[in-house]
Amino acid sequence: MRLSGEAWIGPERLFPPLRLALAAGEWLVLLGPSGVGKTTLLRLIGGLPVAAEFRGQITGHMPVALMAQDPGLMPWATVAANITLGATLRRETPDRARLASVLDQTGLAPHAAKRPAELSGGQRQRVALARVLMEDRPLVLLDEPFSALDIGLRLRMQDLAASLLRGRTVMMISHDPVEAARLADRILLMTPAGLEEITAPAGKAPRASDAPEVQGAAAALTRQLVALA
Amino acid sequence: MIRVSVTVLVLLALWQGVILASGLPPFLLPSPGAVARALWTHQGVLAVAFLKTLTETLAGFALGAVIGIGLALQMAASARLRRWFGPVVVVSQTIPIFALAPILTLWLGYGMAPKLAVVALVTFFPVASAFHDGLTRVPQARLDLARVMGAGRWAMLIRIRMPSALPDLATGLRLAAVLAPVGAVIGEWVGGSEGLGAVMLHANGRMRIDLVFASLALVVVLSLGFQRLVAGQLAARLERYAG
Repeated sequence: MRLSGEAWIGPERLFPPLRLALAAGEWLVLLGPSGVGKTTLLRLIGGLPVAAEFRGQITGHMPVALMAQDPGLMPWATVAANITLGATLRRETPDRARLASVLDQTGLAPHAAKRPAELSGGQRQRVALARVLMEDRPLVLLDEPFSALDIGLRLRMQDLAASLLRGRTVMMISHDPVEAARLADRILLMTPAGLEEITAPAGKAPRASDAPEVQGAAAALTRQLVALA
Repeated sequence: MIRVSVTVLVLLALWQGVILASGLPPFLLPSPGAVARALWTHQGVLAVAFLKTLTETLAGFALGAVIGIGLALQMAASARLRRWFGPVVVVSQTIPIFALAPILTLWLGYGMAPKLAVVALVTFFPVASAFHDGLTRVPQARLDLARVMGAGRWAMLIRIRMPSALPDLATGLRLAAVLAPVGAVIGEWVGGSEGLGAVMLHANGRMRIDLVFASLALVVVLSLGFQRLVAGQLAARLERYAG
């Protein structure tokens, strides 16, 4: 999966010519100030419509699964029906055994028959994560999925996502330097000048949030983000 | 219920007060008592008329709702259809219904059909317009998900956009429910020998103002009952389903 090109919104350039390649199995975290085009980049990779005009090319398109800050649950459907939504939309028979194991992995089994309105914010994000697992796509796109959660819940969701999405290619947009330092195999800082590669801390993700190398990397990232603001 | 009773009693007292204070003769403004007597003496005629108007309201509303829902789905599914049909739909609403009703009677006769047409004509528009709005304003997160999941246009419409738009459809049905009984009475007034509108027209011609007011009271009861019990329940059910 490779993208190279630039994006324009009318006469204004959204991002300059840049190259992005995703290696199979890596967890990439994209950080950067608001309005720099991170979400546009993610949507281009996901084949979703964008407001900007993209000039360039994308090769090696892969089927993706998507999870964003808005969990995008269908309020009329039960948790189970939300998780199997993809199969329903494609007119396939949902894999019941797989659903059971996904419900189990995400701890949602007791809530399978509930509707989203009956769930807490953290539980709703778990449904969104369960849906990503159910879709079983090679590339997972995460657009600030945990930014609306409180810090404790966020750390737990990061652990859960890291363990359940292991082995898949993940591209994650984040505003949280600690999140990037905990989860990333590779960190990219997106600035108006383009993409800047940042070395991720050593060790296997999810790294402890209070580990010195995580703290150090997060502090360095924070300094860079503050300088850009 | 208490609030409603108090309001009704206060209005009735005001009404009686106006008569006592102004000394208006009963053939201009009948007293609440006279209207109650008219309701009682003409109960047979009024009951038949009430049922007739109720039937027209229900059937016309159902017809208008089905047409409105169908039109909204069609227009949401096809941009070309929207460009062609949209202006026609708007123009249909610029024609005063009082001018159109006699023509409909001319075309469709004096039976039930022109009344249904009038009710359908005034109800389909709020339904179509509100539902279409809902179908085109689905939260982006839902559309994005459906797209990456590989939903086709049909699945997107039926499984995502339609249920997302049900609260808007409920709003449209509530609006239509207010208009439906009015449409039925207009239809009867213009070309009919049955129903509350026709009773009113005849009573008016014979200067039986008490009977006109009695029919009016029944129209109000019918309207409120229809809004609350039929359309209100239907709308609430749609909203509950949509979550």
